[in-house]
Amino acid sequence: MSTQTNAIIRRRRRELIIGAVLLVVLAVLPLPIPNVYLRGLMVLTLLYAGLSQGWNILGGYCGQISLGHALYFGIGGYTSAMLFTKYGIPPSVGMFVGGGLAGAAALLVGWPCFRLSGHYYAIATLVVGMMVLLLITNWDFVNAAMGITVPFRHESWINLEFRTAVLPFHYFMLAYAAVAWLLAWIVEGSRWGFYWRAVKDDVAAARSLAVRVFPSKMAAAAISGAITGVGGALYTQYVGFIDPDSGFGLPLSVLIALPAVVGGVGTLWGPFLGAAFLIPVQQLIVAWLGSTGNGIDLVIYGIVIMGLALARPQGLVSLFGIRSLAGGEVLADTSAAAEAVDNA
Amino acid sequence: MSAAIIVQVALGGLLMGLVYALVAAGLSLIFGLMDVVNFAHGELLMLAMYATFMIHQATGLDPLLQLPLVALLLFGAGVAIYRGLISRALSVRFNTGMVQVFVTFGLSIFLVGIAQIVFGSDFRAINDGWLSNANLVMGQIVLPWSQVAAGLVCVLAFAALMLISRTEFGRALEATREDRDAVALIGINRDRVFSIGWGIGAAAVGIAGVMLANFYYISPNVGANFALIAYVTVALGGFGSLLGALIAGVLVGLVEAMTALVMDPSLKQVGIFAIYVMVLMFRPRGLFGRL
Repeated sequence: MSTQTNAIIRRRRRELIIGAVLLVVLAVLPLPIPNVYLRGLMVLTLLYAGLSQGWNILGGYCGQISLGHALYFGIGGYTSAMLFTKYGIPPSVGMFVGGGLAGAAALLVGWPCFRLSGHYYAIATLVVGMMVLLLITNWDFVNAAMGITVPFRHESWINLEFRTAVLPFHYFMLAYAAVAWLLAWIVEGSRWGFYWRAVKDDVAAARSLAVRVFPSKMAAAAISGAITGVGGALYTQYVGFIDPDSGFGLPLSVLIALPAVVGGVGTLWGPFLGAAFLIPVQQLIVAWLGSTGNGIDLVIYGIVIMGLALARPQGLVSLFGIRSLAGGEVLADTSAAAEAVDNA
Repeated sequence: MSAAIIVQVALGGLLMGLVYALVAAGLSLIFGLMDVVNFAHGELLMLAMYATFMIHQATGLDPLLQLPLVALLLFGAGVAIYRGLISRALSVRFNTGMVQVFVTFGLSIFLVGIAQIVFGSDFRAINDGWLSNANLVMGQIVLPWSQVAAGLVCVLAFAALMLISRTEFGRALEATREDRDAVALIGINRDRVFSIGWGIGAAAVGIAGVMLANFYYISPNVGANFALIAYVTVALGGFGSLLGALIAGVLVGLVEAMTALVMDPSLKQVGIFAIYVMVLMFRPRGLFGRL
């Protein structure tokens, strides 16, 4: 084994330790902060960290830019809400059903769309997302445009219902974000992770090295969709309501992708850094300027997106000297890491 | 359902389809030229509609007379977007594809926000133009003049686009599309071609916007719907193909009108999406697309 391989293994171990420390810090963080607003801010930030990590697996590692991830979020949220309100199945179960369905939906969308590449794929996901939004808005079985209100029955961990406490949701979202991170950590070092980065960098070259491109993309889509779906279910329980726009809207698709884009696509920490930056900024803008709808929040948000995309295309992670496993100049690292996995 | 109604709906769909075609042509031109998808395309349309509305309010100038003015305004906007954002996005070394997508996406969010601040969220409409409330009556078939004019103007604009593609500049455009690096060797200024390409693409949307303002409601979010239809149209016609955009636009307009006839009007876009899914499955490069 080369020293480079050892370096990769050490780095991955170090990342795991940092992750564990961060988990403990985030678990303790809300305890001395009784402010409900700040606690809510942390809940949202953790949620988007997890959602965006899910997007990152397909959009970042595998390089397939999806502009339709709200579809999977909505499927997760609606499934869990429908199972709970119509059939009494607790959301703690429903969220996994929703995640599973969302993963299946991602495969269904991927089957025709993965024949397209680059911008064509991005547009296809956008159009498919809008198509489903239209159908849901007109589907009476799921209350059409009215949406679904999740009734509060009693305090219950099984049902993920808490009258006033934000703290339990903090731990649900923390667990969610941590699992999403861990999944990303696992796949980053797995054979799939290397296939995905090969597909992202150069499809033709990947194919010539016997990477099965289509199954690779499908695997990334399924994992990515499932993570997003579980997040949708958690969000629905947290807010107690989901409707076509909040579950399937285009702005949501962008919001899911943005933390990863801003933080650093295809990196382990990008979605977390991005969410920790974007969600508070967005919430503060809304808080300062009153309600949304006067447009100033959109203007600022648009400027932030354009500015960061142009000024920091490699993401905020670059500020911390964190390199992507797939970064162009560390290509040698990638092959060394592949060797490490083979030897492991 | 009488035959006259079906003919009338089909004609209405055809006229709307011509507008879709012109919007899509602008998108297709820019994409074909430099492989950049403008995700703020619908917002350019929205800007053109507001510009028409505001000029009409302020000066009483009829939308028809504003055509050259708004087209010029949008041409300037297109050039400015290229110079300010796109040329920078093209020179980024990391995640180039991602940066292009999110820069134009950010621009679209920004423009919607600006429109909300300046114009509010209310729906606006032009009710006292020359073409308002006038109908073209042919026997049992009644068509609003505003829509007939929109279709005609869009055909003219299309003809102009086709003519441009045959000029010296059109050939430079084609050459730049073929090989953006080699053209520098034969004295073509790539940056200039790109920015004029953006200008023409935006001007096409501007013309569509002026004509739409005659009969369509105007709101900050009006662009999203048209952009979506433009993506479907361009995918159906084939990215980069002008003729493809024209035929696909008309097809999309017809299918939309016919879907509204047989299904609930709120579901009229289902037909369009069905076309899109079929294109995806059977001919991903579109009718006239080249690979």
